[in-house]
Amino acid sequence: MTKTVEVAREVEGRLTATETLPATERISRPAETPIIEVEHFSAYYGAFRALHDVSFQIPERKITALIGPSGCGKSTLLRCINRMNDLVPSFRREGKMLYHGLDLYAKEVDAVEVRRRIGMVFQKPNPFPKSIAENIVFGPRVNGMKFNTAELVERALRQAALWDDVKDKLKQSGLTLSGGQQQRLCIARALATQPEIILMDEPCSALDPVATLKIEDLMRDLARDYTIVIVTHNMQQAARVADYTAFLMMRPDRAGELVEFGETEQVFTQPRDKRTEDYITGRFG
Amino acid sequence: MAVERAAAPLATLAASGAVARRQAVSRGSRYVLLGATLIGVAVLLFLGYETVDQGWSRLSIDFLTNYPSRFADRAGLRSSILGTVWVLSLTIVLAIPVAIGTAIWMEEFAPRNKLLALVQLNLANLAGVPSIIYGILGLAVFVRFLDLGPSILAGALTLTLMILPMTVIASQEAIRQVPSSIREGALALGSTRWQMVRYHVLPGAMPGIMTALILAISRAAGETAALIMIGAFTFIAFDNTSVQDDFTTVPVQIYNWTIRPQEAFRQNAAAAIIVLMVAILTMNLAAAIIRERFRRP
Repeated sequence: MTKTVEVAREVEGRLTATETLPATERISRPAETPIIEVEHFSAYYGAFRALHDVSFQIPERKITALIGPSGCGKSTLLRCINRMNDLVPSFRREGKMLYHGLDLYAKEVDAVEVRRRIGMVFQKPNPFPKSIAENIVFGPRVNGMKFNTAELVERALRQAALWDDVKDKLKQSGLTLSGGQQQRLCIARALATQPEIILMDEPCSALDPVATLKIEDLMRDLARDYTIVIVTHNMQQAARVADYTAFLMMRPDRAGELVEFGETEQVFTQPRDKRTEDYITGRFG
Repeated sequence: MAVERAAAPLATLAASGAVARRQAVSRGSRYVLLGATLIGVAVLLFLGYETVDQGWSRLSIDFLTNYPSRFADRAGLRSSILGTVWVLSLTIVLAIPVAIGTAIWMEEFAPRNKLLALVQLNLANLAGVPSIIYGILGLAVFVRFLDLGPSILAGALTLTLMILPMTVIASQEAIRQVPSSIREGALALGSTRWQMVRYHVLPGAMPGIMTALILAISRAAGETAALIMIGAFTFIAFDNTSVQDDFTTVPVQIYNWTIRPQEAFRQNAAAAIIVLMVAILTMNLAAAIIRERFRRP
């Protein structure tokens, strides 16, 4: 009994003790133009601090993965980028989140303007209980875009590699599709509003391995035109698809902190921080 | 610690000892529960039989189209059916926007504070207030203070007040059933809160809201006390043409007939009950059909 407590204390002690490496050495600047710059960003839910002073830059037209153990704040960070956390009444933040140099949390910023430019795909596929075509058209329609329905639907579905599966049943309910197809429909739906960034919150956690691979291929294709930020529990997935990887971890006070950020290759093969190494080698988490 | 096992080899798996006793209790419970159900069904069947037995012979087209009369065999439901249709139609028109609007505001837009909690608590309490209290309120506010008289408008306003709490609560329930993943999906595509409500929450909640409204309307259709209170207890021998007319309704007419001493009027009341029952059952059936139809994806 006391043994486990001792071990836990020891691990905790070691983790806090190794926090000596300065942030500049753990968090590298991407070579590409950043589209999102996170500066000393902290997030709170009521009195609980979910993110502790996070600073890093997300490069344009690349895939950035946010990894880390459960509760480390990676989903919170993701949802701060398109202001989805505004929906949580007790949410509050400090610091800056810049998009093309504009602070997403400035007073005059309208969350709707943000979300049409920064789309999101959720953990569980959530197609609307409407036809496949209506799922695609919804975003452009509420955003007042002018479009030719048939063209728009085909383009979005082709981009999401779903066209061949559904071209004969565009009027069927989106709920009749398989889980993987539903998730691709959600990606197509997000693409239809022509966002610049697509946030994905564990998009494959509800899918089987085959469907997961399809989504990963799709992400590689999309990275030519879009910036993708993906939260994933699956380190192999991050290693397979992401250009850059951010590793977050819970501090002793349970607030999430950015431990390391860099090119995926470097983070996985030559982690600079001991905690990153421990996590990716499966020693905890 | 090792579990002790019987030395003899297992011979049978038939229930024995404690298992047999528990199974006996389980079998017994089934009959007790069936009995409880049968009591309700038996009372209902008896009432139904009595009513049909008494009223069946009075049912005819004339009974539906005649005005009330002091002669039981000439009296009919014409003015009370018309009055019911008028009052209910107006109640529907008044109640639907207010009930749905209130429910949407409380669920989707209102700040989550103590005031909202207080309103919510009051709604639940109001839903349990006896209808005659609404009648007194209607009499004081609509009939006297606003000087509407015992009119169709006053009756509809009173019934609207009476059914609002339960329709608001049921609509809120239906709105809450719309999964948050759908709301988030809509907002993440850049829709405003209203667009989210208009295109996703409302369509998703509609079957529940419609069901609640129809059930509430059928309750209003059978309402007697509140309408008697506001003065709908009058002899109407003309067709209603305006919301300012005096009126009567079928349940009020039934009450009117049952308190007469003559046996013949009680037959009229029984016949009118059959008419009202059929109408209300039809409405409830409609509610069930709507619910099922909308439920399919």
